[in-house]
Amino acid sequence: MNMPKITFWRVVFALIMIAGAYATFVRITQGLGATTNLSDEFPWGIWIGFDVLCGVMLAAGGFTLMAAVHIFNAERFRPIVRPALLTAFLGYLLVVVALMFDLGFPWRIWHPLIMWNPRSVMFEVGWCVTLYTTVLALEFSPLVFERLRLERPLKIIHTIQIPLVIMGVILSTLHQSSLGSLYLIVPGKLHPLWYTSMLPVLFFVSAIAIGIAMTIFESGMSEKHLGHSLDKAIVIYLSRILLVVLIFHGVLRFRDLYKRHALGFAVDGSYESILFLAEVLLTIFIPIALLAIPRVRLSPRALFGVSTMVVIGFMINRLNIAITGMEGYAGVRYFPKWTELSVTVAIVAAGFAIFGLATKYLPIFEHGTESHEATETPAATVAKPYPAQA
Amino acid sequence: MSKAVLYDATLCIGCLECERACARYNSLSYDDAVSAEQQTSERKFTVVRSLPDDKYMRKLCMHCADPSCASVCPVAAMTKTKEGPVVYDETRCMGCRYCLVACPFDVPKYQWSAVLPLVRKCTMCSDRLKKGLATSCSDACPTGATITGDRDALLAEAKKRIAENPGGYVHHIMGETEVGGTSVLMLSAIPFDKAGFRPNSVYGKGPLPANTWKALSKIPDVVSLGFVALGGIWWITNRRHEVAAAELSEKKKKSTEAAKPAGGES
Repeated sequence: MNMPKITFWRVVFALIMIAGAYATFVRITQGLGATTNLSDEFPWGIWIGFDVLCGVMLAAGGFTLMAAVHIFNAERFRPIVRPALLTAFLGYLLVVVALMFDLGFPWRIWHPLIMWNPRSVMFEVGWCVTLYTTVLALEFSPLVFERLRLERPLKIIHTIQIPLVIMGVILSTLHQSSLGSLYLIVPGKLHPLWYTSMLPVLFFVSAIAIGIAMTIFESGMSEKHLGHSLDKAIVIYLSRILLVVLIFHGVLRFRDLYKRHALGFAVDGSYESILFLAEVLLTIFIPIALLAIPRVRLSPRALFGVSTMVVIGFMINRLNIAITGMEGYAGVRYFPKWTELSVTVAIVAAGFAIFGLATKYLPIFEHGTESHEATETPAATVAKPYPAQA
Repeated sequence: MSKAVLYDATLCIGCLECERACARYNSLSYDDAVSAEQQTSERKFTVVRSLPDDKYMRKLCMHCADPSCASVCPVAAMTKTKEGPVVYDETRCMGCRYCLVACPFDVPKYQWSAVLPLVRKCTMCSDRLKKGLATSCSDACPTGATITGDRDALLAEAKKRIAENPGGYVHHIMGETEVGGTSVLMLSAIPFDKAGFRPNSVYGKGPLPANTWKALSKIPDVVSLGFVALGGIWWITNRRHEVAAAELSEKKKKSTEAAKPAGGES
């Protein structure tokens, strides 16, 4: 009687998980060579380029909104903090899962914590992943405590909330930018359309844009599939911020290309130039042009489209850096093996499934439960309409 | 005194004795198939490439003075020893392969088909160097094309050879300045970029780890200034709201007081 209904998407999900389980089995029993199209010429593939670089990038909504609400006291964003935090937390968990597939010795993932090399960007990345996942878990924990009605731990988390948020923002700043710094060591390998000493800054600024775009995107998705959505006014307000950040990023990006005399590579008709143009059209020109139209900014549907475009555009950007930009030097073309893809797809599908479950069982979209915060943060009371004024 | 290897391609006769000695020292199997391979790999740490016109060029780890692989390794599995060799500690390695990505000479190779994969590369026979011996490839070389010695002395020797026979060499010592200098030095009669090396612009003159260090050295600033700035902003914005809230509750008190008698009447 209580058997879940067999729907199209559940069948797809099951097939994805079966394929993922098979790929996992091959990875464990036969190693990286049998599971991936990686080689000495091309040692990092989609698991790094997509799962890690894009996964961390898509988690940027967490720190952006935590900072907006808790540090800058932008109370209007409070209702969207929890979904953003959930996405960030899931994003990081999935990055760790992907790393377990990619590392040759996954059970040594903790090694950087005791075997130090502070000159290594990867060392910084390792610490950031560990610390920020912990911070995210703590930031997220009140939702679980609320659900279980555990008052004491809830109070403890609340006391340390502000230092926790500040730590989260700083760790995110470091981590988002450090993923760009990873490529600073290969000036001779990464194509000049992407290699620049500005990589860490560009990664950070684009992470903020993604943080906003993901929030709009999630709101649209939630509306479609879960029946929750954000206040229209918030989405419209977010679109203005997105426009400003996108312009800032666009100017930074093209200033840098111009200063390095690299603009010529953008129009030389090469494989790299085509993917570069796809990237800048989707991250800079088209979304800025669209967001500049007031009618677009006022339509949640149009904004959902624009934010989806920005998210895809920056995914292309990260893949261009990790894959397209490295292929010319390597002299080989890399395309992931089906097992590589199936692991990635399974990880993403698991993320969606957990997101759905979390919104069902945890107070993600319930704002009434924040009343206890209202007593401690006067800001929340201010934001609420005062009866006497009504 | 740091050690170095000098390879003079003009003296090389392509006998592959260095390849065999290298395989023996590193306990790698060596047969006709391996011998025919023209690329270094997980089972071949050095290779003598056959070039047109009976020319040869060796390929092996260059043992950079400031190695990219050692700088990028998150667990310090790759280290530069004071004798010169860049060595690998397999018990630390977690298999992130950043060393493969970072190496400007594409030296580290990975055991892709292994379930417990290690990074493999030439270690400049660091055990032998510690004992004061030459590398096995130098030992095996019948013509003196590969020799081991102090880096300063070998660099002087290389310069002398070019000066004495300016027509016989390209006027460039591979490894003198590339990526800040390496512990393997090479001489050749044909340009290095035609003998399996990248164009010189790829290597540059300075050590590559300086590029990442520029970003990494800013971490303490980001952390300390970030804490002050964010903490400060929080304190300021929160204070504003505290004041607003206090004013509101004042008003509330007054309005309830004012409302009381009115309520009493009704």
